[in-house]
Amino acid sequence: MSNAATHAGTHDHDHSHDHHDHGGWTRYFTTTNHKDIGTMYLWFAFIMFFVGGSMALLLRAELFSPGLQIVQPEIFNSLTTVHALVMIFGAVMPAFVGFANWLIPMQVGAADMAFPRMNNWSFWIMIPASILLMASFFVPGGAAASGWTLYPPLVTQGGIGTDMTILAIHLLGASSIMGSINIITTILNLRAPGMTLMKMPLFCWTWLITAYLLIATMPVLAGAITMLLTDRHFGTSFFNAAGGGDPTMFMHIFWFFGHPEVYILILPAFGIVSQIIPAFARKPLFGYASMVYATAAIAILSFIVWGHHMFTVGMPAAGQLFFMYATMLIAVPTGVKIFNWISTMWRGSMTFETPMLFCIGFLCMFTLGGFSGLVLSIAAVDITLHNTYYVVAHFHYVLFPGAIWGLTAGVYFWLPKFTGKMYNETLGKWHFWISAIAFNITFFPQHFLGLAGMPRRIPDYALQFTEWNQISTVGAFLLGASQLIFLYNVVTTIRSGEKAKDKQWEAADSLEWTHLPSPAPYHTFETAPVIK
Amino acid sequence: MSTAAGGYYFAPPSKWPVVGSTALFFFASGLVLWMNQIQPWGNVSLVIGLAILFYMLFGWFGNVIHESEAGMYNKQVDTSYRWSMSWFIFSEVMFFAAFFGALFYARVFSVPWLGDFDNALLWQGYDARWPTAGPYLDKDPARAFATMGAWGIPALNTALLLSSGVTVTWAHHALKAGNRGQLVFGLFLTVLLGFIFLGFQVYEYVHAYSELNLKLTSGVFGSTFFMLTGFHGFHVTLGAIMLTVIMFRCMKGHFKPDHHFGFEAVAWYWHFVDVVWLGLFVFVYVLV
Repeated sequence: MSNAATHAGTHDHDHSHDHHDHGGWTRYFTTTNHKDIGTMYLWFAFIMFFVGGSMALLLRAELFSPGLQIVQPEIFNSLTTVHALVMIFGAVMPAFVGFANWLIPMQVGAADMAFPRMNNWSFWIMIPASILLMASFFVPGGAAASGWTLYPPLVTQGGIGTDMTILAIHLLGASSIMGSINIITTILNLRAPGMTLMKMPLFCWTWLITAYLLIATMPVLAGAITMLLTDRHFGTSFFNAAGGGDPTMFMHIFWFFGHPEVYILILPAFGIVSQIIPAFARKPLFGYASMVYATAAIAILSFIVWGHHMFTVGMPAAGQLFFMYATMLIAVPTGVKIFNWISTMWRGSMTFETPMLFCIGFLCMFTLGGFSGLVLSIAAVDITLHNTYYVVAHFHYVLFPGAIWGLTAGVYFWLPKFTGKMYNETLGKWHFWISAIAFNITFFPQHFLGLAGMPRRIPDYALQFTEWNQISTVGAFLLGASQLIFLYNVVTTIRSGEKAKDKQWEAADSLEWTHLPSPAPYHTFETAPVIK
Repeated sequence: MSTAAGGYYFAPPSKWPVVGSTALFFFASGLVLWMNQIQPWGNVSLVIGLAILFYMLFGWFGNVIHESEAGMYNKQVDTSYRWSMSWFIFSEVMFFAAFFGALFYARVFSVPWLGDFDNALLWQGYDARWPTAGPYLDKDPARAFATMGAWGIPALNTALLLSSGVTVTWAHHALKAGNRGQLVFGLFLTVLLGFIFLGFQVYEYVHAYSELNLKLTSGVFGSTFFMLTGFHGFHVTLGAIMLTVIMFRCMKGHFKPDHHFGFEAVAWYWHFVDVVWLGLFVFVYVLV
């Protein structure tokens, strides 16, 4: 297993012709290669990450002081809405699919994804979707301003930009479903001989479970936004009390999708972290089987907790109690994972390269976000904290150091395998430490703001909130700037990085490290490796 | 690379994904423009989108059929198709679940709540009984509507769809037994039953609009009735078109007794729309 480079299915010949044989950059339009498609996904996500981040900075700039300075309230609402949609559907999810494309075939020992053409389609569908979403800023009435949750009745009043957003989400959902079907089929049907399910790297496992979440929930979201569309244009009354419907109904249907969605945004990051920590602790992952079962448990529980997003809508006490306890239950499998990661590091022979730093940062900060989630799960507490900045702080603690740092760790970890070049370790460490400090400057004060009662999604605020908002804004710009170090590091690595070793991380044990050279050739495992 | 050494067929580069995305761009933009009455651009964009979409569907499916008939798909590819079609149908089930969920929520929660003590002041005298067009729309006598009886056309439609499930299975057995005449005849009957079902649905909609005054705008009853039956009808239409394609392929001699997943996938889909119909018949028509 350890003698890399020339082992099964690698074609040095192919590799040397990579950029000639496959038709230059125009090949990306028609490509059916999982690595090409993964690269497109990753760059798309990276660009959208900066687009969404710029919107966040505009919001923070507006919130630097009370009163209105930079943007009008309508634009503020649109920016809030589209920032969320771009980050969720444009940055985090495509980035995970990008990794899935690059890694899953290599990690299970397959030559490509099960459906290469559909794979390319699921990427290219995102292009019209993002055009619709972005163009909605420039139509009369502006982009959707209802928040990413698209609650009626506000959303029923929006202009044409709201329709563009809805159609964009339809397309993105179709793309996700196709991507998920591809991933499930690849994992279930294309594994190399001997690669049993319980030998798969955890990234494959978490993606398999994520794909099921996507297939089960994306169509429900499609149904919900279709009802919005017909309520807006065709006179239906799903969410209109005058016609016997109920706006609360939308919230139930939406969060039936929405809560599994937040696990869709974190589970693949769990998988990435579960592969990186053992590599730098130089110990096998502690409790592999329990990691798999915990991931499945989180996924199953995610379908019965949606009500905790709506404790304040006037839910019966029995409903509040059910959703409260069900939500708290999720802390158990999540705790299993956290302790397994810590146990993996326990007495490990640890080094702290950039991917490991991001994973340790993930572990600390994500746990904090999990704790504030537990606080919010308590129905009685949530009633005062609902729609305050405490909620904003909570979900940014799980999404930024959770999803984004998981992805960032993944980029640093696998960049040598993807490009054959080594990134600049010093810059990587700067990126981590500035991000870590700036992130906490940005979002920790928001806990205080929320506890003090500052509502979210409001461009103006009372004077007593000024200081913490100013600190938060300063942190946000620093956080944004630190991502430029990331971009610079990635670009310079690709252009002029030092040559990476085939097995850059000596304790990494998945097939892409043990069986393949760096960079991984265009075609890999045309002959399936045999796993012992 | 088109085939890995293991024999699994991996498609070579293809223009269809980008063509399909272009189609979706025009189609989605056209839909937005059309809904907002921005004409003629809406219609133009919709037509362009649909035209490209059909071009893509013909081309892409054409490729797949050609590859399949050329024997490029081994057992493992067949298994991939089985997994993917199963999970695609599951995603469709979840799509209908959203609309069934809306129906149940309206009947169990939102309508009774609108008639309870909390809302007595706001909606005085509202008789919160299903079927309803809601507390406001119900006040307008011009909107009074009657519901569709279950034991007329809907019951007949149930029989039609269930019979079509039998005929498609009969055709499947004929395919496996190598009896091509019976195969084509079974498929023909299935398609015929499907289109008769659709004809009845169209008749029923006309009847609802012109005589029962039951419309999409008839409050939450009309919304759930037409959206559920409408999306189902749309799926039956797709299924019937797919069955027709399969029938023509059978007439051209496609498929083998041991290699015919294209047939099976469509049969699965047909059974799926059948099962959805049973749910509709019970919850939309019978239990009014």
